[in-house]
Amino acid sequence: MSNTLLNVEELHVHFKVYGGILKVLNDVALKVNEKEKVGLIGESGCGKTTTMRAIMRILPWNAIVPKAKIYFKGKNIMKMSDSELKKLRRGSISMIFQDPTAALNPVFKIRDQLFDIVRYTNLEVGKNLSKKETEEEAVRLLREAALPEPERILDSYPFQLSGGMRQRVCIAMALASAHDLLIADEPGTSLDVTIEDQILRLLKQIVEEKRTSIILISHALGAVKGFVDRVYVMYAGCIVESASTSDVFREPLHPYTKGLLAAVPKLTGGGVPEGIKGRVPDYMNPPIGCRFVTRCEYAMPICERKQPRMINAGNNHEVACFLYGE
Amino acid sequence: MRLTTYLAKRIGYTVFVLIGLSILIFTLARVLPGDPARMALSPRAPEWAIERLREQLRLNEPLPIQYLYWLRDAFSGSLGESLVTRRDVLTDITEFLPATLELLLFALIFDVALAIPIGMLAGRKANTWVDNIVRGFAYIGVTIPAFVFAIIFLLVFGYVLQIAPTVGRLSPGVMSPPKITGLITIDSLITGNFSTFVDAISHLILPSFALALGPIAQEARITRSSVVENLNKDYILASISHGLPERRIILKYLMRPSLIPTISIMGLDIASLMGWAFLVESIFNWPGMSRYGIIAMLRKDLNAIVGVVMVTGLVFAIANIIVDVIVSLLDPRIRMIERAK
Repeated sequence: MSNTLLNVEELHVHFKVYGGILKVLNDVALKVNEKEKVGLIGESGCGKTTTMRAIMRILPWNAIVPKAKIYFKGKNIMKMSDSELKKLRRGSISMIFQDPTAALNPVFKIRDQLFDIVRYTNLEVGKNLSKKETEEEAVRLLREAALPEPERILDSYPFQLSGGMRQRVCIAMALASAHDLLIADEPGTSLDVTIEDQILRLLKQIVEEKRTSIILISHALGAVKGFVDRVYVMYAGCIVESASTSDVFREPLHPYTKGLLAAVPKLTGGGVPEGIKGRVPDYMNPPIGCRFVTRCEYAMPICERKQPRMINAGNNHEVACFLYGE
Repeated sequence: MRLTTYLAKRIGYTVFVLIGLSILIFTLARVLPGDPARMALSPRAPEWAIERLREQLRLNEPLPIQYLYWLRDAFSGSLGESLVTRRDVLTDITEFLPATLELLLFALIFDVALAIPIGMLAGRKANTWVDNIVRGFAYIGVTIPAFVFAIIFLLVFGYVLQIAPTVGRLSPGVMSPPKITGLITIDSLITGNFSTFVDAISHLILPSFALALGPIAQEARITRSSVVENLNKDYILASISHGLPERRIILKYLMRPSLIPTISIMGLDIASLMGWAFLVESIFNWPGMSRYGIIAMLRKDLNAIVGVVMVTGLVFAIANIIVDVIVSLLDPRIRMIERAK
């Protein structure tokens, strides 16, 4: 068993909005080992990005974190001082945002933005780079992100680049500081499928070469199938299932995961699959019991009263569902 | 396109705008009821004298011909004689304009120095008591017109507290510095006359601050909302997630995109400043363009009316060119689109 790198326990995140409080994340727990590739799967709005932003401590101002333990290498990120956080962000964890167009500052050249990142990440390890060294490092990072003509990219503004190029620039920026863990938030969703595929291949190649861990977020199980070692399935702010990738595909346990797998259209025909009936619950008044209860075809009386806890169904396959005991 | 070509093009457009403006105001001034010749001479002036003045002013010619004569004179450096001062309007304007420009300049300095930091602060502390106070004052500043502030300042600081002078540009007995730019503060600094400089500043503070309050409130509000908007943008969160220092994020990555709307609005605010300056000048007995302009309108001093409006238009046009250049320097997208045209 390898060492645990990131351990999230009892993560709750609420949002204060006009008219009440949205209780989005409910007791999220996940674990990432060193050099492990983890996937976080769930539909839009289920709290995947919020979980990652909580880990990076970049939640918006109206977020409330009533309870959270986020250990990185044994240290609680929630209790870190500003300088410890800075060290963490500059040297250990990095995040690639979902939309590269929004993640790049529109009024500065890539050179301005990337140079700052390179300079400060190196300053953190005691290296004060000269302008020439900064440029060399920036070019190296762009090459690593498989961008041709790095010099031209440096002199461009974000709006002068294509979507795929922007995402690669964001990857290059993340590579400057992702020495332990890379968080990739749906890194190809805003791009077309061929580019998305290229980006995913690139990321896989990079994390395998650099032997860093990665959390890959996606709304599609298929997209992570050939990539990650382990999958967490998230529904309405709760982790509902966790297992090795092959187990999830071979034997999904949670009714939601089953529904997700069944919702993938098959090349062999049979028309468009039905999908999962119903809608994501209202975060302002979430069900007291299991949050999936309103859409679940196996719902039992207990599901409405009590929240299911994660139980081990054997072979490290965990599921939060009363169908499997308790 | 290079900046110089861009500027040349903008200035070219401005000439057309100003010619359009001159046609408009020239016609408007002349179609209003009232005979300027009769108003210029005394009510008991003999008919032949009035008729002679009308001839002299070419008021008996058709309107387009009158305009062409005016245009010809304008290009040879004369805006025609004022019926009130009996001098060339251009001479009058060069005498009164510097006082108004100085007032506007100081109002702008107050504006930039206060609106941007206040807006940035309120935006960063959004929905806290700091922000609420700023928003409260901003509402007051936006809704109350400048002349009300001018009267309040005059009463409170000039009359009750007596901490600042309220009349004119200099205290009685203080010699005006030799005219170089016409702006007393600058001229006194150039000639090294420091006490005159201080006296001039003390006279400027109340009127220019009264004038600036509206734009300060307006621009602080705009800066605040664009800071709030940008703070939640992914690119700011990304900068934080890369561990950049807070100061650098705020002063570089947050400030630049946040200031673009503020500076654009500033161009419009300069125009309203010119308008409000007329009233504020009257209240503080400021020897600027306002008294000249107001008398010109009351006495139907045709050439003076056209001259004052043209100069106001020119100042507005120049201010907007400067604002557009600054915005295009701040925002590469605007720069590339504008200059690609």
